[in-house]
Amino acid sequence: MNGSSAVQSTVSFRDAQIEMAHGAGGKASRRLVEGLFAPLLYADRNAPLGDSGSVQIGDATVLITTDSFVVRPLTFPGGSIGDLAVNGTVNDLAVSGARAQAMVATFVLEEGLPTSILEQEVRAMARALDVAGVPLVGGDTKVVERGKADGMYVTTTGIGEPMPFVHLDPRSVRAGDKVLLSGPIGDHGITILLARNELDLEADLCSDTRCVLPLIETMVESAGPGIRWMRDPTRGGVATTLNELARDCGLAIALNEEEIPIRMEVRGACELLGLDPLHIANEGQFLAVVAPEYATAALNALHGVEGGEAAVLIGEVRTEPACAVVVTARYGGSRIVDMLVGDSLPRIC
Amino acid sequence: MQYVDEFRDPELIRKASDEIHRLADAGRHYRIMEVCGGHTHAIYRFGLKDLLPENIDLIHGPGCPVCVLPMGRIDDGLAVAKGEGMIFAAFGDMMRVPGTSGSPLEHKAKGTDVRIVYSPADALQLARKNPEKHVMFFAIGFETTAPSTALTLMRAKSEGIGNFSVFCNHVTIVPAIRAILDSPDMRLDGFIGPGHVSTVIGCRPYEWIARNERKPVVTSGFEPLDLLQSIVMLLRQLHAGEARVENQYKRVVAWEGNTAALKVMAQVFQLRPYFEWRGLGFISQSALKIREEFAEWDAEQRFPIPGTRVTDPKAAQCGEVLKGVLKPSQCKLFGKECTPEHPIGALMVSTEGSCAAYYSYEHRKSTAMVASIASVA
Repeated sequence: MNGSSAVQSTVSFRDAQIEMAHGAGGKASRRLVEGLFAPLLYADRNAPLGDSGSVQIGDATVLITTDSFVVRPLTFPGGSIGDLAVNGTVNDLAVSGARAQAMVATFVLEEGLPTSILEQEVRAMARALDVAGVPLVGGDTKVVERGKADGMYVTTTGIGEPMPFVHLDPRSVRAGDKVLLSGPIGDHGITILLARNELDLEADLCSDTRCVLPLIETMVESAGPGIRWMRDPTRGGVATTLNELARDCGLAIALNEEEIPIRMEVRGACELLGLDPLHIANEGQFLAVVAPEYATAALNALHGVEGGEAAVLIGEVRTEPACAVVVTARYGGSRIVDMLVGDSLPRIC
Repeated sequence: MQYVDEFRDPELIRKASDEIHRLADAGRHYRIMEVCGGHTHAIYRFGLKDLLPENIDLIHGPGCPVCVLPMGRIDDGLAVAKGEGMIFAAFGDMMRVPGTSGSPLEHKAKGTDVRIVYSPADALQLARKNPEKHVMFFAIGFETTAPSTALTLMRAKSEGIGNFSVFCNHVTIVPAIRAILDSPDMRLDGFIGPGHVSTVIGCRPYEWIARNERKPVVTSGFEPLDLLQSIVMLLRQLHAGEARVENQYKRVVAWEGNTAALKVMAQVFQLRPYFEWRGLGFISQSALKIREEFAEWDAEQRFPIPGTRVTDPKAAQCGEVLKGVLKPSQCKLFGKECTPEHPIGALMVSTEGSCAAYYSYEHRKSTAMVASIASVA
């Protein structure tokens, strides 16, 4: 489940029907999870809703997470649904401070899906599992009638072992902590938007889908005790993820706009379509809040590992404005950045 | 990025900001209206108020086409769209705008075939691809988007595409400015003229504002430096006691506008005698109607239209905010009943609406609202 504050006990979800916005990862998703699922289903009402849940089995603590992948088109520059399905779950565990130990997968296949496509996706999953070093130990398959699914949906569930000396909790975040971002944002969301061919726009751009576990392990080795919080800014983007953090810690997240790495192609598409790159989905990046005395160590560690070269400190935690994300531009103007409301829709007129 | 970075250059922006501080007479309060919703959005998006002296108030004008569209028109469009075999096509801007029975997106969830398009030409292409369906393009926008709707109608006619129509809600900016100026509680010193609209209509249509109302107008671009420079130009005129129309956005806007686009619009559209504006009421000759020659592609002539009239809730003070009498946060419903997720008033529905822009980018800078926000609606 996405979203991470302590949970209300009564059902408060009043929306009359489910709309696409409820799955977009922004405010509506949060309302659904916190207002309906959590009060009725979430076991520990005092625990924050994070990217994974923690289970005590005997003396061992195990982290568990699950994620469904519904993406159109199935393949896109830089990846496919198979890559996403494995990386997404490995990454959710990694940003929870755990190494994935095993995974199961469920396939919902649409009648008429060519076997060649299915095989291609299964091979993509196998490669991604191999890279992450995670065994797949079970699964399930269902087939639905033609027209009932976009070719295929995949759900993966993973369990992970906590990394030693890592204690992540949004409530441990303090004013003065640094906000670290692993690399350029918006690549995945804009790649998918362009791959749908609904826009007369082309760009030399790839999804950033990848396993971030090696990056996080390296950072943890150098700065483990200083890492207070981590999250991968998938749906809803960096803005939504950091707003959740701001709310959970009751503090302000202040970002320097010029420090936020955004590729020219992503910026261009966002400028044209009236989208905010901070709201665009990522599949291979993570955010971390690091105690100031560990910030340089964390950054240096990432710079020394392949794929971590673009990591950067993008801002810091402050006391005011509480519960908000504020972005300051190079020329001095500042703005509040809210969670994504509904789906990110392009502005034309 | 060319045409972007140079207009966000910190050094140049600092100079412009310094110049505004130098020019602004400390003993005077300036009320400048930016007409265009794109400007409103940019002012908040770029945090420009941080760079202005306190005695310059930017009043947000009527130029957000989504905000000024009456709910009844949305109801009418969605009522037609419910018909068998219909596809309702509109810009993304329209998708969350509520009618009385919900927004296009909510109707989509209930089964109406709603599609987001990026241009009217895309909607026409949808009609070509779906010959068994009827595609109705729900057209919105000022003179900025009207020419592309006009061209699309001409193409539909020349190609004889029978399964396509336009539900026309195009409006014109000048009558709305006139309505604002005619309002008795309005005190404005000058206007930041619309940028995109002016690429089509040019700067000449604003000359009466300078001549008759003695208020300066500066047509402006949308980048931080554009807007600051426009304010400098306005202050210089005010300082000199002048009232002229000036063009800051010369890299895009020609004084005479885009004559080819104007010609196409004149061929396809005529003025409606009057049209309702949300928050402003009925304004004469303020909207476009599809000409008789294109009746076959005019959804209002082709389908029975309920002609729904909806009055906004009395508690929503959109009209006052629209005219700059109230600031968004001074409306009784702002941030409480009325939020971008559940807009009650017109100005909260689009990110270009002043209330939505203020809500998204500005008001939490003051901490008073924090409590109500933190407990997500």
